[in-house]
Amino acid sequence: MKHTSLKKLLALASPLRSGDVLAGIAAENEEKRVRAQMTLAEVPLKRFLEEPVIPYEEDEVTRLILDEHDQEAFAPISSLTVGDFRNWLLSDVADSVTLAKLAPAITPEMAAAVSKLMRLQDLILVASKCRITTKFRNTIGTPGTFSVRLQPNHPTDDLTGIAASTLDGLCYGCGDAVIGINPATDNIDNICNLLHMLSDLIENYSIPTQSCVLTHVTTTLEAIERGAPVDLCFQSIAGTQKANTGFGINLALLQQAHEATLALNRGTVGTNVMYFETGQGSALSANAHHGVDQQTLEARAYAVARKFSPLLVNTVVGFIGPEYLYDGKQIQRAGLEDHFCGKLLGLPMGVDICYTNHAEADQDDMDTLLTLLGTAGCTFIMGVPGADDIMLNYQSTSFHDAAYIRKLLGLRAAPEFENWLQSMSIHSKTGSLQPILKSNRLLELSAKKIS
Amino acid sequence: MNQSSKPYIVSDPWAKLQQFTDARIGLGRCGTSMPTEEVLKFKLSHAQARDAVHQPVQTEAMASKLQQNGFTPLVLHSSVQDRSEYLTRPDKGRSLSQNSVDLLTHEQTGYDICVVICDGLSAPAIHESALDVTIHFLNIVRQSTLTASPVCMVTNGRVAIGDQIGHLLQARMVVLLIGERPGLSSPNSLGAYLTYAPLPGLTDESRNCISNIRKGGMSTGEAVRKIAYLVEEAFTLKHSGVALKDRMNSDYIPLLSFQSKVI
Repeated sequence: MKHTSLKKLLALASPLRSGDVLAGIAAENEEKRVRAQMTLAEVPLKRFLEEPVIPYEEDEVTRLILDEHDQEAFAPISSLTVGDFRNWLLSDVADSVTLAKLAPAITPEMAAAVSKLMRLQDLILVASKCRITTKFRNTIGTPGTFSVRLQPNHPTDDLTGIAASTLDGLCYGCGDAVIGINPATDNIDNICNLLHMLSDLIENYSIPTQSCVLTHVTTTLEAIERGAPVDLCFQSIAGTQKANTGFGINLALLQQAHEATLALNRGTVGTNVMYFETGQGSALSANAHHGVDQQTLEARAYAVARKFSPLLVNTVVGFIGPEYLYDGKQIQRAGLEDHFCGKLLGLPMGVDICYTNHAEADQDDMDTLLTLLGTAGCTFIMGVPGADDIMLNYQSTSFHDAAYIRKLLGLRAAPEFENWLQSMSIHSKTGSLQPILKSNRLLELSAKKIS
Repeated sequence: MNQSSKPYIVSDPWAKLQQFTDARIGLGRCGTSMPTEEVLKFKLSHAQARDAVHQPVQTEAMASKLQQNGFTPLVLHSSVQDRSEYLTRPDKGRSLSQNSVDLLTHEQTGYDICVVICDGLSAPAIHESALDVTIHFLNIVRQSTLTASPVCMVTNGRVAIGDQIGHLLQARMVVLLIGERPGLSSPNSLGAYLTYAPLPGLTDESRNCISNIRKGGMSTGEAVRKIAYLVEEAFTLKHSGVALKDRMNSDYIPLLSFQSKVI
């Protein structure tokens, strides 16, 4: 097995998941998987710089990873094997400051490799040591905070329906990561209407947060040209050039979108303007995986993300379905791997803790993953009314779930947003939910939209 | 404190807004958690959605309805053996069985439009909306100069199977209707995927999608207008997908540029 290619070794060593079986690259039995992990543990980290899993000439994501690798920062770990690297990460030498400095020295493949040797508690402990802070109209990711994307989707983008769900979420203390709508249709007028509605809401109630309509980057560029109030530019991204082509994007287009959004200068406390979503299996579903396992490819997507200093990145871990992550067990492991790899690479990593109705999973599985991610220091999760997204047809986490994890672990919203929640009598001084009085000014939000 | 009819529940004074959305808002809370009644309602919906995934489409009944309306149905199958394989092998769901390929190779070829009805993940979506969309859309096509192939009905198929069908029939454009993954509140949502110049191996960037076609979502009438709009635009631009933007005006009249027959 020593002469096996790195690409093949990573696939063989990857914990079992249906997507790798579908791709025909998974280990054929349990023993071979563990033997591959033992071989992987002996691989020097340096080898990852010499042997890209997808050729440099063929793939701009590979070129990005290798061209931007920080050799100087890499020096302290350059003599380690993957197995040593796990030990080092878990040791007290690897504190928050050290890990932050190391981030540009770690390639996605190194992060993926070490994650394959880690148990869940390792993924949790190391991720909890990583501190990543980003800013736009508030500060996301400071210690002791836990943020929530308010996701008020509606199957016909009905503005009154969206306003009702937004009000519900704000009254449960959610929305500090972003108020982000997945539009039902990409019609440019529709996108602009949604952007204006969210912008008015944020302005009228002086909410220290940002909005986003999660449409294709080219549509956001068109909205910007039309003068629509774009806070964050969204895009789904993947870990290979070919998969990104499948999404209708490349690095140059992302660069263009990043610059156009930055130029609007709408942030008040910072300039992180990008919002990316990822998920294991996206490259395989676009037939663009090059024989690389789905978890390694997922980590490669984070190299694309970090190039553009995003405010938020989240893996949509169970959305893709059982052909990639079969059941609750696979979804849980993948969610913790993605969070760990993202954090190790320096990203403000959140997780859309979710499942579809054709997967072998239920709310109990989501509760487990939510609780584990809370302890791992996950930056943000989704807040969907009652955990039921009536537009995207999947189950994510609810506003109640967000309140649960904050209460359980003593976590607060982003500081500026927390102050706002208290000023609106939504949170008490200790950050707990208060009953909303009928006289609360925020309830006028619904009256306005309805009249 | 808020008044509540149930002990230990803090009710939400905006619960009346439930009339404006099917989203689960205004549920109230016990502590910070979801009240018992809501937890059980959610479980019931999940159980129903799980059942929808495994329910088969009534292909024969639908095929005869198409015939009654003057359209020719063609019944096709993917390479998938059974439902459980369908869920874990999307590659097989994207390709036709050999029998179905043979069937299509003996069909007449060369059409402007090919409509495919594919079960996907929700039989209820197909039963409730697919025929309505197909018949209304094809009736508009009939009034135009465009030609349409027989209506292909596929079991255990994925979206990309439409590209193979369209390619074999040499259709300029495929309109594929498919049962979307069932949501808790909408186990009956239909999606429409449109591909210009269909060819096996095309990816999502080459397609336009309309989702949430169902009662309480997008109406079948509006879906037909939107399909017609995207078809017309694709024929003008000679491509579909990311570069075809939906700029449909509210007064759009379907397929006007292809009208020649007097209505």
